[in-house]
Amino acid sequence: MDAKELIARRVARELRDNTLVNLGIGLPTMVAQYVPPHVRVYFQSENGIIGFGARPPEGMEDVHLTDAGGAFVSALPGAVSFDSAMSFALIRGGHLDMTVLGGLQVDCRGRLANWQIPGVLVPGMGGAMDLVSGARRVVVAMTHTQKGAPKIVEKLSLPMTSQRPVTLIVTELAVMEPTPEGLTLRERAPGVSVREIEAATGAELSIVGDVPEMKQ
Amino acid sequence: MAAEIKGWDRNRMAARAAQELQDGWYVNLGIGIPTLVANYIPEGVHVTLQSENGMLGIGPFPYEGEEDPDLINAGKQTVTELPQTAYFDSAESFAMIRGGKIAMAILGAMEVAENGDLANWMIPGKLVKGMGGAMDLVAGVGRVVVVMDHTSKHGESKVLKSCTLPLTGQAVVNRIITNLGVLDVVPGGLKIVELADGVSEDELRAATEATILG
Amino acid sequence: MRTISPAASAELVPDGAVVMIGGFMGVGSPHRTIAALVARQARDLTVIANDTARPGVGIGKLIGAGCVARAIVSHIGTNPETQKLMLEGKLAVELVPQGTLAERVRAGGAGLGGVLTATGLGTLAAEGRQVVQVGGRDFLVEPALRADIALIAARSADYAGNLVYSLTARNFNPLMAMAAETVIAEANEIVPLGVLPPDAVHTPGILIDQLLERPRVA
Repeated sequence: MDAKELIARRVARELRDNTLVNLGIGLPTMVAQYVPPHVRVYFQSENGIIGFGARPPEGMEDVHLTDAGGAFVSALPGAVSFDSAMSFALIRGGHLDMTVLGGLQVDCRGRLANWQIPGVLVPGMGGAMDLVSGARRVVVAMTHTQKGAPKIVEKLSLPMTSQRPVTLIVTELAVMEPTPEGLTLRERAPGVSVREIEAATGAELSIVGDVPEMKQ
Repeated sequence: MAAEIKGWDRNRMAARAAQELQDGWYVNLGIGIPTLVANYIPEGVHVTLQSENGMLGIGPFPYEGEEDPDLINAGKQTVTELPQTAYFDSAESFAMIRGGKIAMAILGAMEVAENGDLANWMIPGKLVKGMGGAMDLVAGVGRVVVVMDHTSKHGESKVLKSCTLPLTGQAVVNRIITNLGVLDVVPGGLKIVELADGVSEDELRAATEATILG
Repeated sequence: MRTISPAASAELVPDGAVVMIGGFMGVGSPHRTIAALVARQARDLTVIANDTARPGVGIGKLIGAGCVARAIVSHIGTNPETQKLMLEGKLAVELVPQGTLAERVRAGGAGLGGVLTATGLGTLAAEGRQVVQVGGRDFLVEPALRADIALIAARSADYAGNLVYSLTARNFNPLMAMAAETVIAEANEIVPLGVLPPDAVHTPGILIDQLLERPRVA
């Protein structure tokens, strides 16, 4: 199993029945493939839809029906479309149960940076600032390092997305939760040691007792 | 003593107010005499009536038996729709009103002051109707025309130097149409625009507490 | 989504709750839930609504039955019972300009702290309000409104709770569906999932916590 699939499968285990969930572009989008059986999730996309499904077969796409990444999706029975103000009212108003977002960096307090690398890549914050500030649970799905450099750092070197800490960070090495005691290591990926995780992490991890392996 | 009703009756006041309408305008009509204005829209003038409960494009009253209980104006009279009618929620309705999309509101009043202050929503200790949408209307529409009797049933002027009742809005009225005539709010006071049939300027001045210029 | 009876919906509204109720002069109000609240003899409710309709109509039923201790509304002129109770000091009434009320509810549902409006400047509605200047214009700071429960009514629902309103019966319903901890909806009809076109839905079903069973057809 490659790193991305491992992360997506683990994040999918955070999904709860009858909830409204927003998946970010890229890796987070893969989470939709691993929704546990008997869990009914309504996916929201900030461009204005609840209840979208997988990409339709070739030739059956509708140019008016995409997710926020511009990828073609389908509409499930019971789907709803709406304008952008309504979409972000859902996000900020506490109606969105969970969002899954990619990350460039997360600091020791769980604060996320994911919207620009100054001078290199400035895609803009899009809906990310609203999502991190407003969703009930914010799960970051990202690789643990970028070209060998830790993405979990003591202090952000990139512009912050929100001062509100995220709820959970899932990488191919670990599951971490920001707590008042610091960034707490909750789970290890299969076959990965605590020492290996610490070595790949640029911030101090709080480790309490035996850290269990990620459940699949 | 009850003042003798002089000048225009309710329908004539409504007909005069209808002369204020311009082709292409979006207009909100208040409850009472203002509602009657819709009966006197001049030939060739097409206006779209807005109702703050969420409707743009109000049609005539329905025939008996064809009323729809879900289709009302802000006075809860059943109405009909026109081919171009749109419906929306209360937030969008007032977004239109405050956002400058409604050219004019024609409203009733309890008192109007010479600086354009308007009072039409409560008499402390006696009658508290609530402001409903009136405060938003006067704060947001392009032009506010008041239609009312010039004096109370006790003969006291309702066109005052300053309002005695709680205000609906400050300096918001542009034009006042009463049974005695038409007055404009201008810097320094009111200006007579027109006298009602059979009403002399002296009579209008005598029935007005507010400063009338000229 | 399983549906519940009107009586069961009334049990979900505890005495003392802050309750938003849709409708404009009774048009678009959740009449079956209101009747069940009267039957339950609910007490001390704070009602946030456009108006209190007329005696015996819509929210007027709750007023007449003594269910309401406090009302946050824009208009009470059509209900002499509300006026009487208010002047007797038995019912606290807070009057809010209608457009400001709509925006305060919308802000509450949208996670905003409030809105800025020029409506009510220099009037009683400005009492206790902060005034701020933006772009050289004065505005009142109007805080967001939220409620424990919202009771709303629609023409059609599906079993995901998606709602479609009817004509001028829409009014405050979609705004209130966003602004309460628990949202209870009733509809004239409930259609199978997939029947409502996505573009026609006014309120997404994910906002609805409880849906009343279909009205019984005689």
